[in-house]
Amino acid sequence: MATGLRRLVSFGISNGREFSTNCSNVVKQSGKSLNLYSAINQALRIALETDPRAYVFGEDVGFGGVFRCTTGLADRFGKKRVFNTPLCEQGIVGFGIGLAAMGNRAIAEIQFADYIFPAFDQIVNEAAKFRYRSGNQFNCGGLTIRAPYGAVGHGGHYHSQSPEAFFCHVPGIKVVIPRSPQQAKGLLLSCIRDPNPVVFFEPKWLYRLAVEEVPEHDYMLPLSEAEVIRQGSDITLVGWGAQLSILEKACLDAEKEGISCELIDLKTLVPWDKETVEASVRKTGKLLISHEAPVTGGFGAEISASIVERCFLRLEAPIARVCGLDTPFPLVFEPFYMPTKNKILDAIKSTVNY
Amino acid sequence: MALCIKHSRNVVNGLKHTMGLLRMINRSASLTHFQNVEITAPVAHDFNNPAVSFNGLLFPCRFESTEAQKHCDTDDREVLDFPGGKVALTPEMRFISESSPDCTPCYRVLDDNGRLIGSGNYVQVSEEVSVKIYNDMVTLQTMDTIFYEAQRQGRISFYVTTMGEEAINIASAAALTLDDIVFPQYREPGVLIWRGFTLEEFANQCFGNKADYGKGRQMPIHYGSNKLNYFTVSSTIATQIPHAVGAAYSLKMDKKDACAVTYFGDGGTSEGDFHAALNFAAVLEAPVVFICRNNGWAISTPTSDQFRSDGAVVRGRAYGVRSIRVDGNDALAVYSAVHAARKMAINEHRPILIEALTYRVGHHSTSDDSTKYRPVDEIEWWRLAQDPVSRFRKWIESNGWWSSDAESELRSSVRKQLLHAIQVAEKVEKPPVADLFSDVYDVTPSNLYEQEKLLRENIERHPQDYPPDVPL
Repeated sequence: MATGLRRLVSFGISNGREFSTNCSNVVKQSGKSLNLYSAINQALRIALETDPRAYVFGEDVGFGGVFRCTTGLADRFGKKRVFNTPLCEQGIVGFGIGLAAMGNRAIAEIQFADYIFPAFDQIVNEAAKFRYRSGNQFNCGGLTIRAPYGAVGHGGHYHSQSPEAFFCHVPGIKVVIPRSPQQAKGLLLSCIRDPNPVVFFEPKWLYRLAVEEVPEHDYMLPLSEAEVIRQGSDITLVGWGAQLSILEKACLDAEKEGISCELIDLKTLVPWDKETVEASVRKTGKLLISHEAPVTGGFGAEISASIVERCFLRLEAPIARVCGLDTPFPLVFEPFYMPTKNKILDAIKSTVNY
Repeated sequence: MALCIKHSRNVVNGLKHTMGLLRMINRSASLTHFQNVEITAPVAHDFNNPAVSFNGLLFPCRFESTEAQKHCDTDDREVLDFPGGKVALTPEMRFISESSPDCTPCYRVLDDNGRLIGSGNYVQVSEEVSVKIYNDMVTLQTMDTIFYEAQRQGRISFYVTTMGEEAINIASAAALTLDDIVFPQYREPGVLIWRGFTLEEFANQCFGNKADYGKGRQMPIHYGSNKLNYFTVSSTIATQIPHAVGAAYSLKMDKKDACAVTYFGDGGTSEGDFHAALNFAAVLEAPVVFICRNNGWAISTPTSDQFRSDGAVVRGRAYGVRSIRVDGNDALAVYSAVHAARKMAINEHRPILIEALTYRVGHHSTSDDSTKYRPVDEIEWWRLAQDPVSRFRKWIESNGWWSSDAESELRSSVRKQLLHAIQVAEKVEKPPVADLFSDVYDVTPSNLYEQEKLLRENIERHPQDYPPDVPL
């Protein structure tokens, strides 16, 4: 399943994608400079340390995982708490639901978001409905499903997809995507400790590439709270995960042309923070949403519809969506498929000049 | 199993349905001796037996490192150290047969007339427990009859009977303790009866009233009880099986004297979740008992269209899971097998697969008419000649633990209680509209508050669009 994984990772380092360092509000204390996979590793270590009922499991997790997120954990916490599972995603999630239903923190790793679909039934019909269908007699809220998602430069169909929209259509689960190491650590700890099942997508492009100061202590960042990571007055840009860094570059270029962009990281896609986006759009009168997933039926469509409902009279231009194309994720054509900085910049200009 | 069924079909057709599946199986079973129910590890004595070396050597010889692949001679056979174990090499190109020549025999304690078979081994059951097993089987049978009628009268929307599978339901539950965690499919309400779920509680769920623990959110028969360690039923097939493995792993880590138990049908064994669960349970050494109710039919699909293996029981070995086939219409056999399985699961940290052979005497559900796809006299033969309830009654009667007086008193009292439960449950009001929005998450998110507000405004404007019996 992890064909060519290590190649993927090492390639990721040299791809030239930069990472946004503008995460202002988080924990101000200084910490060690960490990349994203190490921040995830730290969050998992803290989760295991602080709760003896926490378990980490998935394919190849025992030796540290194909992206090294679980490095050293089995040695430290033992093979009963950090372990390999057979290669079977529906089994991993199904097992995790049962483990969580017994009052444990079940932290399951799906090796790639592209491979989460065998577990779709378990996530949609079981995890998401576990509390509701039992009238709150039972819940599997201790379940967190981690999965690397998104483009990586050369991942082709099956190491690149962004399947978040599928999961956003399912009441009962939360969907969270971090943009940086600091965010990843704090959000993952929140997800693990949240009393609801959560799907946590990790931007694999940033695993090694994104580096920032990450406080060493145990901290959590709130779910369902978006963050304005850059103030502006002409247009609101909304994104999540790795796409934030592209959006930020577009902001900088737009600024050179005299356009002031407000940039929002949604962080939690479901249940999402409409109020923060609404307040920004009320101020700017314009909205652009950007994600790597195909545009049709993407989560951008939901944001767009909701904002039209709430801000119809305040909108000064059609809402722009700069997203992946409606094709399978292509290998050679990845640079064409992607919602690039200049595609965004063009859309910013045409929206502002509408 | 496929073979057995084909045979039994021929027999059924040839002899105008005078014989059935279980009788056929029983005939082959009677050729074997029941004394040999081994509870020792199946591989321990197989080391020097080349005939079983492929099966037997994998686990005991497993190595952590796969670095060294070297030839070495053990006894007179050349063995190669493959990742995962030493495997004997052979110059003969021989395919493993797709099936063994005989069907796996079926463990049975009581014959059709409720008499103990030979000197077979079984777990002794006290008078008190036996009478309760019988009592609960009759309760289940009566509940099915009355709820089925209630559905036919349009009082509840849907129902699923357990007819023909009363022994599996009640006797398996009797062999467990209340600490054992149950992950049911949907044809095991008897486990709840055994554990003390009241007839009122069943009725409340089926009527979806405000006393239903599920708050009226699921169709009838989707029971669940936190207090009784019985996870809420979902309609999806086999999805509960891997949950049981996760729960069992938790019990093992907490060093509990308990196991997880999960039920499913023959159709469920075709789902990926079944295979995932058996494999996970074996690899993660989880104390879980898998109970397959092989009742011959997945809605209209006979087992011959479901699988070509000798039923579900042989799948166990493929996954490294110890397994047994048991006569599901024999309460004593079910009780003994589950009792032994539970002990092994907990003491040895291992999963056990039990395939209980039975017959679904009722339709799949109230939305199904099974006479469209199977002969009425086949159903009747199973209903009358193989009824697990009357077989067990004969046994307790022969022990002097039961009488016809007790019988008529029990049946009329259960019937009365049930009619009362239905009458009361029917009158209890429905859960309030607020319950539509709660429990999606632990705390209601803002989008749901918004939607509730809009809905309530709409109800005010168009009250005629909404059921009048749901409180606002």
